[in-house]
Amino acid sequence: MNRIKRLAGRGAIALALLVIASPALAEWVLNMPEGVTSTSREVYSLHMQIFYIVVVIGVLVFGAMIFSIVRHRKARGVKPAQFHHSTGVEIVWTIIPFLILVSMAVPASTTLIDMYDTSGADMRVKVTGYQWKWHYKYMDEDVAFYSTLATDSNYARRLGSGVDPTSVENYLREVDNRLILPTNTRIKFLMTSNDVIHSWWVPELGWKKDTVPGYINETWTEIQEPGVYRGKCAELCGRGHGFMPVVVEAVEPERFQEWLAAKKEGDTAAAKAALDRASGDAVARR
Amino acid sequence: MTATTEHESEEYSGLRGFAARWLFTTNHKDIGTLYLLWSLLMFFVGGAMAMLIRAELFQPGMQVVDPYFYNQMITMHALVMIFGAVMPAFVGLANWMVPLMIGAPDMALPRMNNWSFWLLPFASLMLLSTVFLPGGGPSGGWTLYPPLSLQMGDAFPFLIFSIHILGISSIMGAINVIATVLNMRAPGMSLMRMPLFVWTWLITAYLLIAVMPVLAGGITMLLTDQYFGTTFFSAAGGGDPVLFQHIFWFFGHPEVYIMILPAFGILSEIIPTFARKPLFGYSSMVYATASIAFLSFIVWAHHMFTAGMPLAGELFFMYATMLIAVPTGVKVFNWVATMWRGAMTFETPMLFAVGNVILFTIGGFSGVMLAIAPADFQYHDTYFVVAHFHYVLVSGAVFSIIAAVYYWLPKWTGHMYNESVGKTHFWLSVIFLNVLFFPQHFLGLAGMNRRIPDYAVQFADWNMVSSLGGFGFGVSQLLFLYVIIRCMRGGKRAEARAWEGAKGLEWEVPSPAPHHTFDTPPRIETAGH
Repeated sequence: MNRIKRLAGRGAIALALLVIASPALAEWVLNMPEGVTSTSREVYSLHMQIFYIVVVIGVLVFGAMIFSIVRHRKARGVKPAQFHHSTGVEIVWTIIPFLILVSMAVPASTTLIDMYDTSGADMRVKVTGYQWKWHYKYMDEDVAFYSTLATDSNYARRLGSGVDPTSVENYLREVDNRLILPTNTRIKFLMTSNDVIHSWWVPELGWKKDTVPGYINETWTEIQEPGVYRGKCAELCGRGHGFMPVVVEAVEPERFQEWLAAKKEGDTAAAKAALDRASGDAVARR
Repeated sequence: MTATTEHESEEYSGLRGFAARWLFTTNHKDIGTLYLLWSLLMFFVGGAMAMLIRAELFQPGMQVVDPYFYNQMITMHALVMIFGAVMPAFVGLANWMVPLMIGAPDMALPRMNNWSFWLLPFASLMLLSTVFLPGGGPSGGWTLYPPLSLQMGDAFPFLIFSIHILGISSIMGAINVIATVLNMRAPGMSLMRMPLFVWTWLITAYLLIAVMPVLAGGITMLLTDQYFGTTFFSAAGGGDPVLFQHIFWFFGHPEVYIMILPAFGILSEIIPTFARKPLFGYSSMVYATASIAFLSFIVWAHHMFTAGMPLAGELFFMYATMLIAVPTGVKVFNWVATMWRGAMTFETPMLFAVGNVILFTIGGFSGVMLAIAPADFQYHDTYFVVAHFHYVLVSGAVFSIIAAVYYWLPKWTGHMYNESVGKTHFWLSVIFLNVLFFPQHFLGLAGMNRRIPDYAVQFADWNMVSSLGGFGFGVSQLLFLYVIIRCMRGGKRAEARAWEGAKGLEWEVPSPAPHHTFDTPPRIETAGH
């Protein structure tokens, strides 16, 4: 028994060390990003709430099981009890989980209703899925373009290319033309597809939405922090499914207007300059 | 028990005898054995595909297979494991055990029983052969969502045909179980005295009959869309691609309960045996199973939260899905209460059963998280989902099948299996399973989407861990094969009641169970549970 206790003690210390040490390992990501929109933060807190609830339930249920496994074994010479039901207990453990579920459903419904409210948009962007790239159109503006996997990733990802993916910057997470969006602006998305079903997902925005050919799905976002946010097509869409990233670059509204104006003129250099200034602003803010 | 007759082995000698015994058999035990062996074979075939998948995902970049072939592997892995391994294994267990447990001499419809098995190998082989057809095998995922599934090559009609045949086979198996359970119970075996395994299978059989035709309808509509110019699922002709998803998941969600309810039944047999204590809350177990079966019909669209649905639909499916946690929770609590103050021993079947309860519950927890629609907008189509359904299907359904095999092997073969190899098999399986699937929760939350052959380098570390777990899990299953083969060939003689705490009619007949049992029905005086 002492040996078991000693072993258990050592195990607990090792586990604690592992937990403390884990932030040092940057790539061993464990959790969802909090994101940069009010929606994504609500989703994150919902996710954490439910996670803690199930952890508590897990500790109780597994705790009872483990206690029973340790104590109620034949090797300890116990006589088995013969009880086989208890209506009272059974009613209690039907009602309590139900109440816990109701307490989860309330905040979940609020968040969901908010996510479904696409009214009051300041601008609209149409997202169209293609095998295997995205097309973005700024509605009411004369700006539209395709967004395809960056060339260096596309080269490295071929079977037996001989290129080490770690040597490619943002491997499979960079595109030729990013979707440029203004911060602090309520943006409505109109999502559709040209061929098969795709799904447009940026984790930092807090949602994904399928693009269905012939139908338009609506959703919205309001990005609160400038930055580059990367995602992927999330619905299996064929051979190139793993190779159609989504990259959103959120910039201050003024910079966005500069970029949009330059883009309308077809002035690539000016558009790029506006984005460079935007990232310059970001550096200055830091 | 005198109600047994000896089976004469001489009448089946030679090749002709072999064919007469196995090809034309109408004996529920032989058919059960055939089902179980076929499903074991398919388990390794589907497992080999999983090894290939994990090999490709071992590190970022494409090293082993082409993305298109990768997509075929993920599709076939799912189809083979679901239709070839898990479902036939449960039908095999039902064939062997249901008549023994209710005191019936055989299944109610023995000829149909033979046919429903023999459709299975041909359908499975046709399914597997599609990989060699021009254009390759199905590669749009086992969910067959159009329009992607309509881009399939020559495999398409063969795939549809093989799913039709597999469906017919399942429906016939289900009809047989219902007919047997409702008509052939021994005197005194009232419905509420039936062993839980029989109860869960009865309910599962109704689920099968209700939903397999829906799948058949859906895939036939796909077929006519492809070849006969209909546009059920094409917006260009007034159809809707999402309609297919509704049809598919109306089948697909009950289908996941088809794969887990018999597992619940198995746990409810094994845990009381090794706790030496009656099952806690027998009637609430029956009602919980029936509630889960009912709820399974009204939650299908939770697989489609991101597909585009009105708010009211989204809310309804979220609430209904969360409700499933209540009867499922009742079951878990009842198992814990069965163990409570028992006198437990931990032979291999009990180890797998207890491991099953714990790990299935973890899968249930992630299931509750996935039910929350706004959070599902993040989880959906990521490795979080992959981790979730492998926890419920591998450590739920597959572990229960393995537990059942260890539990009833002495009854089937007349020999005890090698306990220490069995226990090693359990510990290796349970450790590698967690190394394999637990990190996939992290990968999904960190943003790795599913069904991709290659990934960004930030996911490299956990993927390598997961792949190592996968290889370990795969290799460990060879021990299972070894135990079964050794047990079939010999070993310590098993008594009629192979386990000290075992109750139930199947333990009244000798081990191995004679070819014909219960020619005259036994009388059941006390409650069967």
